[in-house]
Amino acid sequence: MAKTDTKGKKLERNGLSDEQLRAIFRNMLLQRQLDNRGFQLNRQGKIPFALGSEGHEALQAGAAMAFHRGKDLLAPYYRDLGLALGIGLTPYEILLSLFARAADHNGGRQFPNHYSSKAAGLMSFSSILAAHIPHAVGAAYAMKYRGERGRAVLVTCGDGTTSEGEWHESVNFASIHKLPIVFLVENNLWAISTPIEHQMGQPEIWKRAAGYGIPGHRFNGFDPIETYGNVNEALDRARSGGGPTLLEGMCYRFLAHSTDDNDMTYRTKEEVDAHRKDDPVPLFERVLLDHEIMSAADVEQLKRDVLRETNEATDRAEAMPYPTAADLYTHLYEGAWKPWQ
Amino acid sequence: MAVSSPTQTTQLMNNVDAVRATLYDAMKNDPRTVILGEDVGARGNVFLITKDFAKEFGPQRVIDTPIAEASIVGIAVGMAMEGLRPIAEIQFADFIYPAFNQIVGEAAKTRYRSNGEYTCPLVIRTPYGGGVRGALSHSVSIEALFYHVPGLKILAPAFPADVKGLLNAAIDDPDPVLFLEHKKTYRLIKGEVPDGHYTIPIGKANVLKEGTQLSVVSYGLYVHWALEAAQQLEAEGISVEVIDLRSIRPMDRTTILQSVEKTRKLLIVHEDNKFGGIGAEISAMVAEEALFSLDAPIRRHCAPDVPAMGYAEPLEHEYMSSPAKIADAMRELARF
Amino acid sequence: MATTNRTSPPFERAGLSDEQLVGMLRTMLLQRMLENRGFQLNRQGKIPFASASEGHEGVQAGAAMAFARGRDLLFPYYRDLGLALGVGLTPYEVLLSLFARAADLSGGRQFPHHYASRRLGIATISSIIAAQLSHAVGAAYALRVRGEAGRAVLTTFGDGATSEGEWHESVNFAAVHKLPVVLLCENNEWAISTPLAKQMGQPDIWRRAEGYGLPSTCVDGMDPVACYLAVSDALDRARTGGGPTLVEAKCYRFLAHTTDDDDRTYRSREEVEAHRRDDPVPNFERRLIEAGILTSESLERLKAELLAEINEATDRAEAMPYPGGEELYRNVYADSTDPWR
Repeated sequence: MAKTDTKGKKLERNGLSDEQLRAIFRNMLLQRQLDNRGFQLNRQGKIPFALGSEGHEALQAGAAMAFHRGKDLLAPYYRDLGLALGIGLTPYEILLSLFARAADHNGGRQFPNHYSSKAAGLMSFSSILAAHIPHAVGAAYAMKYRGERGRAVLVTCGDGTTSEGEWHESVNFASIHKLPIVFLVENNLWAISTPIEHQMGQPEIWKRAAGYGIPGHRFNGFDPIETYGNVNEALDRARSGGGPTLLEGMCYRFLAHSTDDNDMTYRTKEEVDAHRKDDPVPLFERVLLDHEIMSAADVEQLKRDVLRETNEATDRAEAMPYPTAADLYTHLYEGAWKPWQ
Repeated sequence: MAVSSPTQTTQLMNNVDAVRATLYDAMKNDPRTVILGEDVGARGNVFLITKDFAKEFGPQRVIDTPIAEASIVGIAVGMAMEGLRPIAEIQFADFIYPAFNQIVGEAAKTRYRSNGEYTCPLVIRTPYGGGVRGALSHSVSIEALFYHVPGLKILAPAFPADVKGLLNAAIDDPDPVLFLEHKKTYRLIKGEVPDGHYTIPIGKANVLKEGTQLSVVSYGLYVHWALEAAQQLEAEGISVEVIDLRSIRPMDRTTILQSVEKTRKLLIVHEDNKFGGIGAEISAMVAEEALFSLDAPIRRHCAPDVPAMGYAEPLEHEYMSSPAKIADAMRELARF
Repeated sequence: MATTNRTSPPFERAGLSDEQLVGMLRTMLLQRMLENRGFQLNRQGKIPFASASEGHEGVQAGAAMAFARGRDLLFPYYRDLGLALGVGLTPYEVLLSLFARAADLSGGRQFPHHYASRRLGIATISSIIAAQLSHAVGAAYALRVRGEAGRAVLTTFGDGATSEGEWHESVNFAAVHKLPVVLLCENNEWAISTPLAKQMGQPDIWRRAEGYGLPSTCVDGMDPVACYLAVSDALDRARTGGGPTLVEAKCYRFLAHTTDDDDRTYRSREEVEAHRRDDPVPNFERRLIEAGILTSESLERLKAELLAEINEATDRAEAMPYPGGEELYRNVYADSTDPWR
């Protein structure tokens, strides 16, 4: 392993081992591969909808690395494919959700990217922006109430969500009660077609933290190691009774909002292309190569593995049956579903 | 009907005491129970329902929230998803609208959208109804907005024994329950309440008075007035059967249909506006299932379709019904 | 950004004439005396309800003095008796509302203290906390769209309202669009029974402004002249295209929330008594006398005049008829009330 890269710069690891750095990269590649697979399937007419998270890979892989499996809870939003993978969901589970199969965690009921998994600690959520944030706060309250040290809730959202009333109400409540929660805003500069300057009066979301009386930080979300450092510190603070933190990870949304969006109607190709220099996936690949944490051959092998894994998961998920009509009626209440009894 | 045995002891109490006693027992018996809402802790709730609860159970279990209705329900949803048994209070039903998405879009759908993996055992309690000079923002009925929603349960008991039994059932229920307490009945209505823990099944109505000529279905404050009117009519030789719905969703088809088969006339009485109110669904169900058992059209005696009762006494008087007005509606249908 | 003025020589008159200063005291006295009349009538069983605003006299008289009648718009909340009187509402109109007479501005429909007057520029409100914020912001937007310079919106709310999601959403929108609105918080430290510490993570509401990208001011809410200055500056800024300001006036609620509240259940008499030394009414009386603008005789004459006015208004209002039952059905829609056509 090289002590410095080819330019003589030392790598700040924030305590991460080589193995962890490689795992982060793998997560990033898998996220991008699965994202692309979703678009392919959509173009092939096999699934009606896909939503991409290109640009968020470092932010999500870095944050996931700080998550304590089996203890922490994740309350994500619909662009958190990388976080879901990072805390233990498999490509197969992701694809079951895209294909809306019966074996999906949610029985094919939920929109794609709305995974939940009790086992992994991934809370169920809807498409309503910010609706999940008070849920995360309530769950954090439950943890504190039961005196559970060493556990925290990581709740994520985009920049757009921070304008929601429920975002404010939730951060406020968490700050009053010093709850074990980290609010991680994935600021990709766009809320579908609305740029930051139309969303808020000043563009730095982390600056709102002082108004709530909690710490706030902004960091470079294109750098998974810097991300890990920030999220890990905040989660540690939460787990040990130090209360909430507001984190803002800066990234960019390279693609349109989803397959139902055409981003060229509201921004220019030049702008998007200009941000490509920050693309976290090739950037981190470069870092790993320069510091000899992986060789070029390793990287190629990893990419092949990721593709193979994606292909296997796709085939397996596609072959699974849809839910049946009878499945519409289950799980409404614990007992009978009919309103007239 | 409430479970009771020959050796069952009871206590006389009013509706607000019944709520209080039930909440107290739940807090004492299940450490997962927490209460959250505006002014529920230090103030003990604006009707003193949770008076001294914070002292006894601690502020961590009796939470004074900021003024933030959407998050009162939303945070309670999160607590429920994560294993607590929260009882959220919306101070007045009129304040519930900011929480509409959390109730209808989130709580109601949690079990369904996660295919049973996540559940939402949540109780939302709120005082509703008028007759207390509450004007436009302290008097409304909200059941019609919510009973439409699959995934929710809606209860509206009128008697203290039912308040305790149904609130216990709501607290035990693994799904979200909207528990409506008519504020005018809080101190007005007294009754014997069995000691000890018991539940009343959700979805069962109660026949308060048997009769042969006319069935009246009602709930809340108005079922008391309907009973009073029915007793008046009994003296006039008209036999009226009075049914207390108690449970709005799910609703008791069997009891309603049995009654209609017997009397062949149905009058639905409720405080809420007529158009799209609970009476509309009951009418549709009875017309679908018992049309040929009817000797008269189904009648609904409800509030006029204006936004709310005004603050001035004549406005409230015009909006609200009364035992006399209900008796008139009964006589009219009996004469058909 | 915090500015406070306390009562010490030299007397800061902020460019106000003697007449204007006495006018502010008049509004303050009228507020207190009229409110007491409400309590009397309630105790006599003549009216079912009265709301309390004792402690708010300074901020409301000061804000009213800064309000430009005939040009600015007011979106108050239910504790703004003094502000409403200060912008032109009469004691008679207030009493009509307490007595719920047909001649009341709302025809006896609204709860007391929910005055609306197109003539005075006072908007119609509900009892729902913070609901008026977004209305105020929308009205300010209309002023901007119509290019109406020299006009602004003043909206007021208590500390409790600042926890509402709609507060957040409204302030954010005003900031994004630099709207001509002044957001005046009358922080009296209590949201019914909830003290500041249970409402927010840090107690200074003005500190949140930076997060929204807004200027803010903190002012002594017990000092009418300081409040006049702060609100006047903010309204000027708004009227001349300078955008919104968050003004926090720190005052205190001496009485319970309303006649239906018993504040002995949640705060000590000692605390309330300790704040009495900041009582804006006797303090401003004393300042005006010390500055030679008023004598104790002229003060007594003023109080006697006000009492006579209140008595006359009470008798006149009480003698007016209630609305008839048929009034229930009017003004649901522009046309027929009937939902079946």
